[in-house]
Amino acid sequence: MPLDPSFVGRTYPPTAPYQVGREKIREFATAIGATDPAYHDPEAARALGHSDVIAPPTFPFVVTMAANRQIIEDPALGVDYSRVVHGDQRFAYTRPVAAGDELVCTNTIEDVNTRGGHGFLTTRTDVNTVAGEPVVAVWSKLVVRGEA
Amino acid sequence: MELPTKTFRVTRADLVRYAGASGDFNPIHWSDRVATKVGLPGVIAHGMFTMALVGRAVTEWAGSPDAVVEYGVRFTRPVVVPDDDQGTEIEVTAKVREVTEEGLTRLDVSATCLGEKVLAQARATIRTAR
Repeated sequence: MPLDPSFVGRTYPPTAPYQVGREKIREFATAIGATDPAYHDPEAARALGHSDVIAPPTFPFVVTMAANRQIIEDPALGVDYSRVVHGDQRFAYTRPVAAGDELVCTNTIEDVNTRGGHGFLTTRTDVNTVAGEPVVAVWSKLVVRGEA
Repeated sequence: MELPTKTFRVTRADLVRYAGASGDFNPIHWSDRVATKVGLPGVIAHGMFTMALVGRAVTEWAGSPDAVVEYGVRFTRPVVVPDDDQGTEIEVTAKVREVTEEGLTRLDVSATCLGEKVLAQARATIRTAR
């Protein structure tokens, strides 16, 4: 079933806040081998002007991947998740995510199209603090592979 | 200007650790049985794990953990990770495309595995070191 192009421009209600934990950032940094002290030691992060340990650049995807279920599991849009492949990924940062942040994601469908039997879905997720300060904007393009 | 090449070894253990840390438990990243069933040659790395390793290269080149302003990639080819102690290797290089008047440096990044490009349109913008 092709993706419904009428979903372009649709914005979903903001997600429940994601509480960024210091140990989660350390765990993520360790998993990718990122040893910079600012990812592990609050004092090192504060010396750079941050409130607590900061997260490596791709950490926000942990938060937005969960938030994007709102779109992927929207029965009206009709994404077959078993056929989904990650196409593109992009981040535009206002500042790094830091431990103690409470992040709210607002998902928008930027583009939907079908080419060569495959569906393409581009989502934009604005990640803001609960106070409404922007932290990072995240774009994902998902490819829904057509039936062979 | 060409930046110094960085090489990252990737083993199955790294994928398991990344799955846990990221919350992405898709079995194509840990089960050969599932990966081959969907037509892959075997277990592949999470695209976001590759992107994270390339992100490490970018922050190391920048000389600062908080200097990245923008970062994007296209995933073009899976990184197959064999079930042995060596795993595989991802090689990352970059060229400076532009240095802007506002103090931003734009990089064109290249990531290869076994000589094949695994990313396209990989670009990062970093603030010049303070």
